[in-house]
Amino acid sequence: MNRADDRAPALGTVSPGLEHRLHELWEGEGGLKGFLSTVDHKKIGLRYIVTAFTFLLLGGIEALIMRLQLAGPNAHLLSPEQYDQLFSTHGMTMIFLYASPILSGFSNYLWPLILGTRDMAFPRVNALSYWIYLASGIFLYVGFLTGNGPNDGWFNYVPYALRDFNPGMNQDFYSLGMVLLGTSTTVGAANFIVTAMRTRAPGMSINRAPMLLWGTLTANVANLLVVPAVSLAFFLLWLDRQFGTHFFDVRAEGQPLLWQHLFWIFGHPWVYAIVLPAMAFVSDALPVFCRRPLVGYPLVALSTVATMVLGFGVWVHHMFATGLPALGMSFFSAASIAIVVPSSVTIFSWLATIWHGRPVVTTAFMFFASTIILFVIGGVSGFMTASVPVDWQLTDTYFVVAHLHYVLIGINLFPVLGAIYFWFPKMTGRLLDERLGRWNFWLIFIGFNLAFLPMHLTGLFGMPRRVYTYGPDMGWNTLNLITSVGSFVIAIGVVLLLVNVVKSRRSGALAGPNPWGAHTLEWSIPSPPPPYNFALIPAVASRHPLWEAELHEEVRSSLDRGLMLDKGKETLGTTPLDALPDMILRMPEDTVAPFVLTLGLALLFTGMILKVWLLMLAGALVLTASLLVWLWPRRELREREPAHG
Amino acid sequence: MAEVLTLHPGPLPVGPIGRRGLGWWGVGTLVASEAALFGYLLFSYFYTGATAPPGWMLEPRPVLKLALPNTILLLASSVIAWYGEHGVLDRKPAQALIGFGGAFLMACLFAAVQVLEWYAKPFHMGTSSYGSLYFVTTGFHMAHVVVGIAVLGVIFIWTALDYFSPRRNLSVSAGVLYWHFVDIVWLFIFASFYISPYLGFGR
Amino acid sequence: MIGSTPLGYLQAAGERAHAILALTWFTLAVSILVCVVIAVLLWRAVTRARAHGGAAETRAVPVERGPKALRWIGVGVSISAVPLIITLIWTMVTLAATSGPPPDTHLTLDVTGHQWWWEVHYDAAQPDQSFTTANEIHIPVNTRVLVRLRGADVIHSFWVPKLAGKTDTIPGQTNLAWLQASAAGRYLGQCTEYCGWQHAHMALEVVAESPQDFQRWRAQQLQPAQTPTAPTAQHGLQVVEFRCGLCHQVRGTLAASHVGPDLTHLMSRHMIASGMLPNTAGALSGWIEAAQGIKPGSQMPDQNLSAEELSDVVAYLETLQ
Ligand code: HEA
Ligand code: HEA
Ligand code: HEC
Ligand code: CUA
Ligand SMILES: [Cu+2]
Repeated sequence: MNRADDRAPALGTVSPGLEHRLHELWEGEGGLKGFLSTVDHKKIGLRYIVTAFTFLLLGGIEALIMRLQLAGPNAHLLSPEQYDQLFSTHGMTMIFLYASPILSGFSNYLWPLILGTRDMAFPRVNALSYWIYLASGIFLYVGFLTGNGPNDGWFNYVPYALRDFNPGMNQDFYSLGMVLLGTSTTVGAANFIVTAMRTRAPGMSINRAPMLLWGTLTANVANLLVVPAVSLAFFLLWLDRQFGTHFFDVRAEGQPLLWQHLFWIFGHPWVYAIVLPAMAFVSDALPVFCRRPLVGYPLVALSTVATMVLGFGVWVHHMFATGLPALGMSFFSAASIAIVVPSSVTIFSWLATIWHGRPVVTTAFMFFASTIILFVIGGVSGFMTASVPVDWQLTDTYFVVAHLHYVLIGINLFPVLGAIYFWFPKMTGRLLDERLGRWNFWLIFIGFNLAFLPMHLTGLFGMPRRVYTYGPDMGWNTLNLITSVGSFVIAIGVVLLLVNVVKSRRSGALAGPNPWGAHTLEWSIPSPPPPYNFALIPAVASRHPLWEAELHEEVRSSLDRGLMLDKGKETLGTTPLDALPDMILRMPEDTVAPFVLTLGLALLFTGMILKVWLLMLAGALVLTASLLVWLWPRRELREREPAHG
Repeated sequence: MAEVLTLHPGPLPVGPIGRRGLGWWGVGTLVASEAALFGYLLFSYFYTGATAPPGWMLEPRPVLKLALPNTILLLASSVIAWYGEHGVLDRKPAQALIGFGGAFLMACLFAAVQVLEWYAKPFHMGTSSYGSLYFVTTGFHMAHVVVGIAVLGVIFIWTALDYFSPRRNLSVSAGVLYWHFVDIVWLFIFASFYISPYLGFGR
Repeated sequence: MIGSTPLGYLQAAGERAHAILALTWFTLAVSILVCVVIAVLLWRAVTRARAHGGAAETRAVPVERGPKALRWIGVGVSISAVPLIITLIWTMVTLAATSGPPPDTHLTLDVTGHQWWWEVHYDAAQPDQSFTTANEIHIPVNTRVLVRLRGADVIHSFWVPKLAGKTDTIPGQTNLAWLQASAAGRYLGQCTEYCGWQHAHMALEVVAESPQDFQRWRAQQLQPAQTPTAPTAQHGLQVVEFRCGLCHQVRGTLAASHVGPDLTHLMSRHMIASGMLPNTAGALSGWIEAAQGIKPGSQMPDQNLSAEELSDVVAYLETLQ
């Protein structure tokens, strides 16, 4: 065999010459072309974060309008139809367009940095998954803004979603939009998995990886396996509506419950997928402010995986009232109760880390620490609904709405806000203002609890969810008013965050490479990081490469001396478990192929929703062409023998 | 004084060598996800069947006249594709071209026969949920066959252009892996829609 | 406070709800306890804080390895396991006791969820002993009533919180639930599965009464509508047969359709339009003229009757005792 081009990567130290060479290799183009063609994970990650945050604001505004309607009994601000589209779009936006993409954004931005590598495994796929996400977000919102938003809740039960009962285009937009979004999530998941397994810095064996790797990896393995369920469900729904199939139509022996199974087989693992990475933010960052390593790292990592594994087997707890056989339900009830155990491992680990650490109360710390109690409040209400008979009373009341907001806001939004305070200096080179930060935290924390703690009572007092209004004699008036007031307090807090971001970006204190004295690799490089991330690929000897001196580790990571890999756009590929050097990876140049492919897809889906065959054909052609260009074996990437062809 | 971890990798391959490349992992994850998709389709079939009234199965004894030979044809195409892959690995260009070309033609033939099979069915997509499940599941499979045909065709062209060597052949192994997957999935579909009714589930 | 919550389920008035309520209180108590304990631990842990501030203050605190502290996890998980196991067992026991039809039911109802009202059919061995009504269910106290649930169009959910938890009504399948009331009274129910525009206004009422009262009510319901005597009401009957008969049934008249609620004994009901309006002459005429204004999207169109027709129709409806 021809091993002529095998190469032993050179070891070296940082020099201006090296940095210059890497800059030349990795710096992308500017301008519009650069904007459309970049495959830099940092730019893509930031785009994800900004886009997802925009959707949070949109979903939040929708919620605020709903809260105006619900502030008092028999209100007439919204018609039933408007309210239905609002709550459905709110749920869809928050769950699909905010909660998951925001975590993909952070993981995208951070992964190569915490793993000590120069980009994700498939940079072009990364760009693709962002563009498709953006396209599906726009697609869904075009529906909403033309009065065709989803109108059957985020989980969209049939038969109400079928054409007989729902003749508008609402469900077509929702179905196709979700199929489109599913593509983005799936390719993104594949990218995360391969990145995790193959590109960690040498020495970063799987048990030395930051928790963010465990959280995001677990979440994305789940995504890879369950997203097809929901994409399929929505696709079948679209066929039922437009092409006369009968998957869900009882009159032709279809099964309405099939929808629920497919949806929740996806839905339950998904709700963990949108919190596990965020929980990992806490597991990685809380120790920084406690000035000690996380308590029980292996147990927390295992419980992350265990949560997900159990999470595949609890979906029926969303269907306890559908008349399934009691024996079957008791299994799912037991599994749902059992899933409390891995969650509690994490909770106690965090508590112990604070207790046995020397906590410094910063804004980021406050967001992370409050996650603990919010998770517990949200978790125990889940524990209550996990008991079948109790759920028969609780289900579909505001008690469940309280549960889902405590877990979603408590262990998604709060860690995300903490993460913004924590990693903003890395992303921009400047610290966020702490004084504004305190205000920001307390407004959101108090507003949130004011809004959603009483909501448990609203639920226990019997208020059903998804009602556009309610009568005055039900005992819910005061509680609802409090909730509405609380939600506006949150909104003020969110506005302050925006103010802080805008202000600090311009004039915040300079951060330097490691403002918090943190322990993971991203803090060993300048803020913001150069396009190539690491001038030298480091060798990692422990879980906390930057704390080894303080912790008196026997063997230290090598950060000042490492592999230079400056003979092209290259980074190191390592083995899956032990992260031993395995190969030199050739990384692709910037390319517009992902963007063009997305245009093709967008065209295709526009054709599908309008049922214009010509558009569909055009879309399919653009799609195929860009795929062909993309996949054509390249010499630079060594996908074909340089001597050949 | 603590020692610093040293790192002195010997010569490493640059870019993908054989299957040792990220692309192969990429196709692996794709296949896992697609396998899940077909799993959910079959789940839908069995779930709907299990809860449906008697007589749901519109064709309790599916005709195997076309389907069985066609299945064998598809499996054979997988073997041929594998033979082609080994042509690349053993630097036998003729064998490679025969393999991919043969698999390509067999795949096209499979698709054509499958279309005939569709026309031969006494029911259609809108007849009942059974009809929908049958046509949409086999339709999903057909979509994968079409992609597979394109993949085999492209691999054929690339091989003809002499792109690959025993060392650089990731696109080939990835494409052939995909084709194996399409064939294995068919086995499950065939077993569910054509064979299991004979076990008495046809009612 | 709880007393004024007609849909609250922290009060139970029947066996089934009682069995669930005890477990609900238990899990609620465990939950609150867990929250309090964790909150206290967290508060103590944080208030031992060495510093407040930002980046500089954080860097100033040296990093230490600290104790392994794995015991926290062991102790925490072990303690949590106790209520979890109790809950699990209790859940199974309650589930066995409350699910499935009870062995001794004395009355069987077929309840069908429609967009957005409830059809209630009293089943009986002899066809002439069975009858249909809507939105208001009468049951004798201390009797177990089997409820067969069906969905006419989309999925709804049948829920009478003081008596029993929810069971969905799903098109294409029949779900079973049962009710038992230990005390006479009116118990509010509500559809709780989102079913479209007027999901909010799909209430029902269960009236539990003494067996004698129940028998009286039942006998009354079995009667066909009386022929009106007053001329206005007679004219009203004609309009009802002609117009309303497209959708409604009034047994004993030509109106015999099942699209909307059975009106044969409309006046015996407390509320109309699934709990939206009191059953008064004013509300009735308002409803008939402007159902769409009151309950947008409702399957009953505005009737556009002349003033005279309207008052005659109402006069007739008022005879439907
Ligand atoms: C965001 C993520 C998220 C998370 C993490 C969870 C976590 C859990 N959820 Fe939740 N759930 C949702 C999101 C989430 N959920 C959403 C969005 C819905 C609504 C969907 C809809 O209808 O719109 C829902 C609905 C939902 C239902 C259906 C309710 C209904 O519709 O009737 C159920 C039922 O079992 C349930 C259970 C649980 C359980 C048991 C957990 C457990 O994982 C929680 C475990 C954690 C703890 C319990 C806290 C820590 C533990 C300790 C400190 C130990 C001590 C504790 C005890 C002894 C109890 N959830
Ligand atoms: C991550 C998920 C998430 C988040 C963050 C939220 C946030 C909020 N949610 Fe949401 N909610 C869901 C997920 C989420 N929700 C889901 C899944 C459902 C179920 C849907 C269904 O039933 O199908 C639901 C349902 C739901 C309901 C029940 C509706 C019903 O059943 O009828 C209600 C009612 O109060 C509600 C309220 C709120 C409020 C007040 C907030 C507040 O936290 C929002 C606070 C406000 C903001 C964060 C935005 C602030 C914006 C500004 C200040 C504007 C600035 C503007 C510019 C600069 C241009 N939500
Ligand atoms: C096209 C069908 C249709 C026609 C015609 C119609 N109704 Fe209705 N009606 C309904 C439906 C459906 C409901 C249930 C509406 C709901 O509660 O959402 C209803 C409800 C009612 C109710 C309330 C019943 C209850 O118990 O809650 C009354 C009273 C009533 N209709 C009277 C009339 C009268 C009088 C006429 C004719 C003048 C009439 N309806 C014509 C369909 C119709
Ligand atoms: Cu019927 Cu909600
Ligand atoms: Cu769940």
